[in-house]
Amino acid sequence: MKRAAFGQIGFPILLLIPQLVIIAIFFYWPAGYAIQSSFYLQDPFGFGSTYVGVDNYTRLTTSRTYLSSFWFTVIFTTLVTFFSLAIALLLAVKADKVIRGAKTYRTLLMWVYAIAPPVAGLMGVMLFDQSRGNITQLLSTFGYDYRLGVNYWDTAAAMITVSIWKQIPVNFIFFLSGLQAIPRSVREAAMIDNASGTSRFWDITFPLLAPTGFFLLIINITYALFDTFGIVDTIVKGEPGNNPMTLVYRVFVDGFRGGDLGGSSAQSVVLMVLVLILTVVQFRFLERRIHYT
Amino acid sequence: MADITESRIAAQSTAHPAKRIKWEAVGDHAILIAGALLMLVPVYMIFASSSWNDITLHREGLQFGFSDDMANNYNAALFEYGGFTDSVNGVTMLANSLILGIGFAIGKIIVGMMAAYAIVYFRLRFATLAFWMIFTTLLLPLEVRILPSYEVITWMNLGNTYTGLIVPLIASATATFFFRQFFMSVPEELIEAARIDGAGPVKFFIDILVPLSQTMIAAMFIIMFVFGWNQYLWPTLITTDESLFTLVRGIRQIMQAYSDGSTTPEYGEAAALAIIAMTPPVLVVVFFQSWFVKGLTESDK
Repeated sequence: MKRAAFGQIGFPILLLIPQLVIIAIFFYWPAGYAIQSSFYLQDPFGFGSTYVGVDNYTRLTTSRTYLSSFWFTVIFTTLVTFFSLAIALLLAVKADKVIRGAKTYRTLLMWVYAIAPPVAGLMGVMLFDQSRGNITQLLSTFGYDYRLGVNYWDTAAAMITVSIWKQIPVNFIFFLSGLQAIPRSVREAAMIDNASGTSRFWDITFPLLAPTGFFLLIINITYALFDTFGIVDTIVKGEPGNNPMTLVYRVFVDGFRGGDLGGSSAQSVVLMVLVLILTVVQFRFLERRIHYT
Repeated sequence: MADITESRIAAQSTAHPAKRIKWEAVGDHAILIAGALLMLVPVYMIFASSSWNDITLHREGLQFGFSDDMANNYNAALFEYGGFTDSVNGVTMLANSLILGIGFAIGKIIVGMMAAYAIVYFRLRFATLAFWMIFTTLLLPLEVRILPSYEVITWMNLGNTYTGLIVPLIASATATFFFRQFFMSVPEELIEAARIDGAGPVKFFIDILVPLSQTMIAAMFIIMFVFGWNQYLWPTLITTDESLFTLVRGIRQIMQAYSDGSTTPEYGEAAALAIIAMTPPVLVVVFFQSWFVKGLTESDK
């Protein structure tokens, strides 16, 4: 709040009403409803529901399909986050260094941000297609029989590749703006002190980029957990079958296909808790960062 | 180890510094070009393939060169009615995508600016409470509460309406938070001067704060337009009426035709539709690049 603020009461409330009404109806109500229905078992024919306590949750911990989705999500998130961050960091460091064509490179490396995940997924399906995909053909010349949608890990590889590809631009933009925020004086001092480019990077640039990196880590985990829905859905062609599935995709499949509102809600609540933990970690870190600078 | 040798070589080769630097630059450019190609080639292949007929694509996969079926494919993608009810074509989907992208961006900016103004510029007792209530929405993406949100929308009879499509997406406070940060950075003197001149809150907002926020509004608009345009899960659930399909939602239809397997899938048309679906947001991002980067790097923090 500003020191010299206005004193009215009615007008600001009027200003707040649209936002508060929207979040009340479309955020708090559904979120509360999810928590509530996670403790109920819905009748499959829609006639009421019975309170079952934490049954829906214990059901998850023993469900083989849910646990396999859980572990797949862990692997998927780790790989997508690591590779998209590493590739983007390499490209950002180089784009920050070159003098000629810096702007062109920036444009060429970031525009993919605007492509929707399912569109990227469609491209992935065409490239990895079981019989005529170009990458499939390339792999078969090396003697590997790649089978999208049939072999679990082949399908997973396509999901992971497309998800990494789609996320590189965001990381690149943030890393580049982080690099450009490093003061000239620091860089010049480092140049004088240290002849080798590699150790200059690990000793000076990398620690100074750490806040950006940490922030991006959270962003990337959130991306891999939620925003990849469109990629997963297009790659399994809307027919999950025995293919790998992320947790969010399972919420969708169990809730809408399986009609299991209670189980799906319990899964939602598990995800909510996961995101909350991530956010708390992020905030604790951001607070510390403010003291740094 | 490599570092030591490298610095030794550097010390020895001071006579030819230009040559050594040049080789390093070549390596840098090679990496950047490889990265740019990694981004470009898949999209280029889809674009080139959108000029081929379905049978070639079915037999040989995506193509690198161009053929002469481009007009055909784009014509089919844009004007041929498809779907189960034959009530949707590319143009309808394009219009729906525009409505979703623009409606979402404008709605979010207006709602967010108003709320941020109230929180920053007024002495309200529950301003902090309101701020935290709004701020909490940043924590849980729509995907997490998707099923109950769907139930709420059906209960309100908003399925298959633009309202049901757009408004729930606005229920996250990114824009509010972004404008709050910006308003906090506006100098105090401005409001003091405005009050001395006798300007009321409405006048101050419209005549001073909104013009001052122009760049911020533009940056936010670009981010939100792309975000709205690219929505997939929510439109998939909420629109079953094909005349409300967006382009990105239409991709799902294509995929289902794919797994059908009964006829030769219309690859050429699918590639054309993918190109049409990505072109508007890509153009917006490329042309308004500096605003876009500003909006992105400043809104997420």
